[in-house]
Amino acid sequence: MSTVKKTKGTVKKPSVKKAAAAAAAPVAAQATAGENSHDGTEGSGVRRRDFIHIAAVSFAGVGAAAVAMPLVSQMSASADVLALASIEVDVAAIQPGQSIKSSWRKQPVFIRNLTPAEVEEANKVDVGSLRDPQTLAERTKPGKENWLITLGVCTHLGCVPLGAAAGEVKGEYGGYFCPCHGSHYDTAARIRKGPAPLNLAVPEFAFISDTVVKIG
Amino acid sequence: MVRLIAFLVGLFFSGMLLLGLGDTVITAIKEPAVPSVEAEFHEETLPVKFAHDGPLGKYDRGQLQRGLKVYSEVCAACHSLKLVSFRDFAALGYSEEQVKALAKAWKTEVPSINPETGEPATRPAIPADKIPSPFANEVAARAANNNALPPDLSLITKAREGGPAYVYSLLLGYRDQAGYKNEEGKELLKEFPEAATPAGLHFNPWFANLNIAMAAPLAADDQVTYDDGTKATKAQMAEDVSAFLTWAAEPKMENRKSAGWAALGFLLVFTVLAWMSYKTIWADKKH
Amino acid sequence: MSFPWAQEYKPQGTVSKWVDERLPLPRLVYNAVGAGYPVPRNLNYFWNFGVLAGVALVIQIVTGIVLAMHYYASVDGAFNSVEHIMRDVNSGWFVRYAHMNGASFFFIVVYIHIFRGLFYGSYKAPREMIWLLGVTIFLLMMATAFMGYVLPWGQMSFWGAQVITGFFSAIPLVGEPLRQLLLGGFAPDQAALNRFFSLHYLLPFVIAGVIILHIWALHIPGSSNPTGVSVKGEQDTVPFHPYYTAKDGFGLGIFLIFFVAVTFFAPNMLGHPDNYIPANPLSTPAHIVPEWYFLPFYAILKAFTVDFGIPFTGIIIIPAKLMGVLAMFGSILLLFFLPWLDTSPVRSGHYRPLFRKFFWYGLIPSLAILTYCGGKPPYTQWVVLSQLAAAYYFAHFLIILPIVSRIERPLPLPNSITEAVTGKPLPAAA
Repeated sequence: MSTVKKTKGTVKKPSVKKAAAAAAAPVAAQATAGENSHDGTEGSGVRRRDFIHIAAVSFAGVGAAAVAMPLVSQMSASADVLALASIEVDVAAIQPGQSIKSSWRKQPVFIRNLTPAEVEEANKVDVGSLRDPQTLAERTKPGKENWLITLGVCTHLGCVPLGAAAGEVKGEYGGYFCPCHGSHYDTAARIRKGPAPLNLAVPEFAFISDTVVKIG
Repeated sequence: MVRLIAFLVGLFFSGMLLLGLGDTVITAIKEPAVPSVEAEFHEETLPVKFAHDGPLGKYDRGQLQRGLKVYSEVCAACHSLKLVSFRDFAALGYSEEQVKALAKAWKTEVPSINPETGEPATRPAIPADKIPSPFANEVAARAANNNALPPDLSLITKAREGGPAYVYSLLLGYRDQAGYKNEEGKELLKEFPEAATPAGLHFNPWFANLNIAMAAPLAADDQVTYDDGTKATKAQMAEDVSAFLTWAAEPKMENRKSAGWAALGFLLVFTVLAWMSYKTIWADKKH
Repeated sequence: MSFPWAQEYKPQGTVSKWVDERLPLPRLVYNAVGAGYPVPRNLNYFWNFGVLAGVALVIQIVTGIVLAMHYYASVDGAFNSVEHIMRDVNSGWFVRYAHMNGASFFFIVVYIHIFRGLFYGSYKAPREMIWLLGVTIFLLMMATAFMGYVLPWGQMSFWGAQVITGFFSAIPLVGEPLRQLLLGGFAPDQAALNRFFSLHYLLPFVIAGVIILHIWALHIPGSSNPTGVSVKGEQDTVPFHPYYTAKDGFGLGIFLIFFVAVTFFAPNMLGHPDNYIPANPLSTPAHIVPEWYFLPFYAILKAFTVDFGIPFTGIIIIPAKLMGVLAMFGSILLLFFLPWLDTSPVRSGHYRPLFRKFFWYGLIPSLAILTYCGGKPPYTQWVVLSQLAAAYYFAHFLIILPIVSRIERPLPLPNSITEAVTGKPLPAAA
């Protein structure tokens, strides 16, 4: 029902309005000539008539827009997709220096247990010199600075950086390295070199117990 | 030529149909149709009213919650509800925490795999899960139910003639077949002695062929204990679970009706405007 | 291709002129459904249904494209994907119910459109081509609707596919191989579902193409009218726009009110409960019926109960099953010959007293009976009634109409449309 009205609204609406006014004018002129005897002033009839046509056509336009809304909104994430928007991960088995890849909203998430050396290295960096200035503390939870949780999606064009699995290249700054276009991330997953504009994104997360983290 | 062929074809088809008509009538006279036990003893649905009936009806949340209780404590032992997720229960008026607790406490767990060994395992349900089925597959369901398959209930009120009233009638429709008479006073076993309910089936005149594999699920009053203090009579439980299953089959009914009223109201105004526009344009033309 | 007094498209402004010289699409629209198309001034509300059918097609295409974004044509997933649309997709229930009921309303509108053509003789010269294209559209619609009904893969979907492809097995010799070709197997399964989805998506666009031809053919002689008298001069016509665009706008409002009332308040009224049960190839529903718009043809199929053969020899020339299938297809295909079966020079049923009697007291009741009996179980009374009605249906078109055209004395026709409108009133409500 929408597009009918929509096509009328978008394709024909201007012409309908104009043509209705144009065509109604002679019609109305004839009619007023006949009506003069009982309708009093000449102009009022014409204006009232135009108003009716404009009202009807604009009402159709509003209706078309109202129907178009659900026809477009159906494309956004459905209820079952949204329901999976949060996951819970048990991180007890991840040793310092190790990381795991998990999947959240069908995107990879890196959960990394930083070694004290890596934490220290991240804290040493002059934040002001970074492309996307952020401290490690800002990217982790208080008291849990060693748990670095980021999306495994390079902020350049969306590839999955290397460095989360054992044996993978970690890049020049010991964090992650995106092989697509050569972005290097440091141990706080901040962008240090290469084309990526931002640090790896930190999803909303919280520790619901000492070893279980809820992402999303 | 066209008309000649048409005439012959018409004569042929109509003639064969009239021949067939004669044949049908003769057959009907020679071998009159035998009345069937279903035709004589199958009952129309019992009268029952729901809050969600009619174009203005809305679900009664309290009733849906009671119905869920009946489903989970009685029906869910055999019947799946595959198309409904725990998260959908938020629409029954439960909070996020309550939904989570409901999912976690559900008697059947969700099939999964052991993350360490990869062996089949089960885990407690979470809100995003569909309601887990009581049987792993159809074979298991039949094996546990005397070779009858308990149907999935997700769409039962839309998949049966009569809808919720059918479910309600069926639940309350178990009768003693011995001495059973219909409204005309005909006694079933006297009229159709061969139609006695076979062993393992149960007599229910609201079921299509009168003999249902399911034993009366609502056996006695107070079979479930309602949280809101409503007296759990058999009729009350049947009504509540029918309402719940209506919601399960048509969870968007309320959105549908309210959108319908908005659309109708809008269209009424549009139609009046369009009519005025039409009459104005045609005012000078006789037609 | 139009009357000499048709208003000419005059592009205003440089852009319109620029476009008109390069691609005169606005001119085409103007001449097709704008002020450039002169239409008889006396059309009644039955003439709204052509535009409404177009609207219904657009509703189906738009909602269908949306549904195809979420549907998957797999025997394991199809049913659940439809329920996913109903439950989880944003406004999915609305789109699906609109598509489901849109099909029914498309048929309601098209049936009224055909009824108007039958009563007012719109199929007669010089409009035979419009009629032939119209019957083609109707056949394409039936194919599209049938295949669409299979897609949710419920019980009625499955058994409908089984029964309808079973028609082809009635054809001697090639029947069974042909059926296997259509289904891609021995029974409806993944192959059939996938090709039905593909064709269900394709055919509406084919229909849209034939509709363009239908309208093109219409613009050669111009629209018919309730008197059936040809247009004689400018005073007999009004420009399509604004006169009939305004009237169609009002008609659209009324149509949408009915459509919305059913879609939002009784969305499953025209459907069948069994199609909410997933397809089960091992168990047939107790009572298979097609969608309501196929019921008259289904009744004709079932009405043939005796074999055609040589009496007392047991030799069967055409078995009853094959005859039913032939008659069912024949009942639609005979419409292709209608312009040459009804030879009366008078178009409108208003001026044909004998035709009118057979139309109102014969054809319409027999179609009503066929529709009713098509949905009934095969009990004697329904079989007898549908045999009677089907016999009349064939006799009406193939025997009665040609004879009536010869012997009937039509009532005097008005001299012109304008005379009919302004002078004496029409014999019946116009």
